[in-house]
Amino acid sequence: MGITNIFSGYTGEELLSIFTMQGFSSLSLFSVFLLMALGLAIIFGQMKIINMAHGEFLTAGAYTTVIMSDMVVKYMPGLLPYYFIFAIIAAFIVAFALGYIVELSLVRFLYKRPLDTLLATWGVSMILQQGFRLVFGGREDSANLPDWLMGSWYPTETIAIPLNGLFLLGTSVVVTLLVYFLLFRSRWGLCVRATVLNREMSNAVGINSKRIDRLTFAFGCGIAGVAGAVFTTIGSVSPAAGSLYIVDTFIVVVFGGAGSLLGTIFSAFGIAQLQSIMEFFLTGVLAKVFVLLSVVGILMIRPQGLRSNKVRE
Amino acid sequence: MISVNKLNVAYGQSAIIHDISLQAEEKEIVAVMGKNGMGKTTLMKSLIGLLRPVSGSIELDGVDVTAWESYQRVAQGIAYVPQGRQIFSQLTVEENILTGLDPKSPQKIQLFEEVYAMFNVLYDMRKRKGGNLSGGQQQQLAIARALVSEPKVLLLDEPTEGIQPSIIKDIARLLNEIKETKNLAIIVTEQVLSFTVDIADRMFVIESGRFQHEDVRGSINEEKIKAFLSV
Repeated sequence: MGITNIFSGYTGEELLSIFTMQGFSSLSLFSVFLLMALGLAIIFGQMKIINMAHGEFLTAGAYTTVIMSDMVVKYMPGLLPYYFIFAIIAAFIVAFALGYIVELSLVRFLYKRPLDTLLATWGVSMILQQGFRLVFGGREDSANLPDWLMGSWYPTETIAIPLNGLFLLGTSVVVTLLVYFLLFRSRWGLCVRATVLNREMSNAVGINSKRIDRLTFAFGCGIAGVAGAVFTTIGSVSPAAGSLYIVDTFIVVVFGGAGSLLGTIFSAFGIAQLQSIMEFFLTGVLAKVFVLLSVVGILMIRPQGLRSNKVRE
Repeated sequence: MISVNKLNVAYGQSAIIHDISLQAEEKEIVAVMGKNGMGKTTLMKSLIGLLRPVSGSIELDGVDVTAWESYQRVAQGIAYVPQGRQIFSQLTVEENILTGLDPKSPQKIQLFEEVYAMFNVLYDMRKRKGGNLSGGQQQQLAIARALVSEPKVLLLDEPTEGIQPSIIKDIARLLNEIKETKNLAIIVTEQVLSFTVDIADRMFVIESGRFQHEDVRGSINEEKIKAFLSV
């Protein structure tokens, strides 16, 4: 099957609309990838911990949003248009706190054995998933979205851009800027970057790297919580919702070049675009195969990922 | 100031440092001379807390810091310039200095200006990545990074290693200067006798993890120490 054949049967204008809309729907995917990958990349970059439970922090953030939505509908229906902003903040706090506890009670004992963390956090992932199932049940939940997140925007007659997608995109841009600012302009960010480069020496210049680890792990989980909150605008929540994204997110992080913020953004964008546009023309599975083959091919040429930093030495 | 008593350090079963005791007071430079593999770096690492001693104690101003983490020792007043500099290569010069600075220190800006005045070249290169500096510049950066933590005791592990001779003289002059102006105790390990003989108030020779010889300024027996250092 040639690549030109799959495009036949559409007029030029239709193709343009398809590409625009699929391109945009992939921006929603990109936003979720990016929010997930940011947290994962920070945690992996800082502590070389592969956090298999990262998806469950997304789920935790999503359930936080659902709970807040239910409470608002029940007790303060007047606040429905505004609650979502607070839900995002609450989702961050819940996921941050959960991450803090996981680091304190488990992950910090495994820093010297990075591969074991893979197994341990996978266990955490299963415990959390079953926990969600016990508390919320197996059925899918969804949040009551405020009116301003419903409907679409029509720039032309054949193009429809969903508003929730726009909101998702906006949130991920804001969060990315915030992460960038924290990493490169704050004391915490400086300590994180120093510890990544040389943990022993960071301690020896006066940085409490264990505390930095704990905050970093919790912060990465908090961002996954934000991803969960905005995820409720495009999908319904089930106990396994987050785990669906974990593999894709890892691919994004590795492809982007671990520890590079810009690489992570490019990588999330590229993978989401490719997958989404290919999904329209091929089946979902074939699209995935196509994406993975591209990633494997590029990683064979550039094993360090899309971006890596260079200095003398 | 700093007082080390009967320190023993080991990697697993292999003991490296045996019963080492030493004191360093304000405005005093103590040099520990020794060949490669005699335990100089191990001694330094255990003083800053990167290694845990098997027995013995380290006291700073009468406070026992033997069980403390490195960052706590830094807060208490020990600063460390490691062998091979180990500056943060991907951070800018300015950021490197900032890592050593206590964010709560009331004299942040003043400390910054002081080290820039001391090392003009660092000011000129403040926006460059540390990894792009030359060896001598990196050494200055490592010293600047240590000084902004306002130490009472400064540890330098082989500061002349891989540095060209003209810069070595500068470093010697600099150590004398900061000892006087900052009221520091300085402990420096070295192999280059010509470097330490000008600045050391006291000198020890370490061999196989034990102090074998001690001299004070004015009566340094260069011939004997050279014999220890020759391979």
